[in-house]
Amino acid sequence: MKAINSMSMSFESRSVNEGFARVTVSSFAAQLDPTLEELSDVKTAVSEAVTNCIVHAYGNSSGKIYIYACIYDNGTIRIRIKDRGCGIEDVKRAMQPLYSSLGGERAGLGFAVMESFMDKVKVRSTVGKGTSVTLEKRISGKFENEN
Amino acid sequence: MEIRFDQKSKAMRVMLDGEIDHHCALDTRIEIDSQIKQLQPKRLILDYGEVTFMDSSGIGLIMGRHRLMQSLGGTIEVANVPDRLYKVIKLAGIEKLGKVSTAGNGGIK
Ligand SMILES: Nc1ncnc2c1ncn2[C@@H]1O[C@H](COP(=O)(O)OP(=O)(O)OP(=O)(O)O)[C@@H](O)[C@H]1O
Ligand SMILES: [Mg+2]
Repeated sequence: MKAINSMSMSFESRSVNEGFARVTVSSFAAQLDPTLEELSDVKTAVSEAVTNCIVHAYGNSSGKIYIYACIYDNGTIRIRIKDRGCGIEDVKRAMQPLYSSLGGERAGLGFAVMESFMDKVKVRSTVGKGTSVTLEKRISGKFENEN
Repeated sequence: MEIRFDQKSKAMRVMLDGEIDHHCALDTRIEIDSQIKQLQPKRLILDYGEVTFMDSSGIGLIMGRHRLMQSLGGTIEVANVPDRLYKVIKLAGIEKLGKVSTAGNGGIK
């Protein structure tokens, strides 16, 4: 698997940027010729990860969110969403469907959505330092025919 | 977003539109809840026909309104869900909370 294109961006943890981030990443992914469904999957997963940085990682404070995306020669896109926020104490518990540390209007389904819409989800987190979520999906589109 | 209320059947239909994410969910929720408290509907219908994007914040919106309707002795329905959004609705098990109809099968009357 060889990297053929990449992009990176960073922005403030303001909720108005949720739409900006998912649209930007999905237009980068568009070069893989995804189906509308694949594109919508990527968009939704990115929206979950970015929202988590805003809602959980930085909470009432604010900080920067970093996104790095890379496209590989087999049609895979890998997207890393990173924050320098509060971190997650128990990643396994956090990733369980319906678990939310906030409750209220949060369904606790963000990670479940990421896992079902992407092929791979990896979470690395250190309390007090921050969290990085890596999402990976193979897009069936263009590269299949080129082999 | 547009809210219609049928006095006779006490049904309140919320026509949602655009993208439902964490950023817009708060305003949407405040508006829906204030109408619920004012109109006291027996049936709340969340119409997703014109919604183009939704993540788990949209699920939280449904679950929260379900709780509110339950406390008022009413029901919730989710109508006209576009195919692409159905995936999220299904994953969240919304069908257990109330009737769900997709855009294809005629919708809830
Ligand atoms: N970037 C992050 N920094 C700190 N904590 C996080 C981060 N992402 C997730 N979490 C923790 O993991 C939990 C589960 O996240 P998940 O996205 O699945 O649910 P949620 O955000 O609580 O609810 P929903 O996404 O349905 O609105 C969160 O409640 C939070 O405690
Ligand atoms: Mg979340």
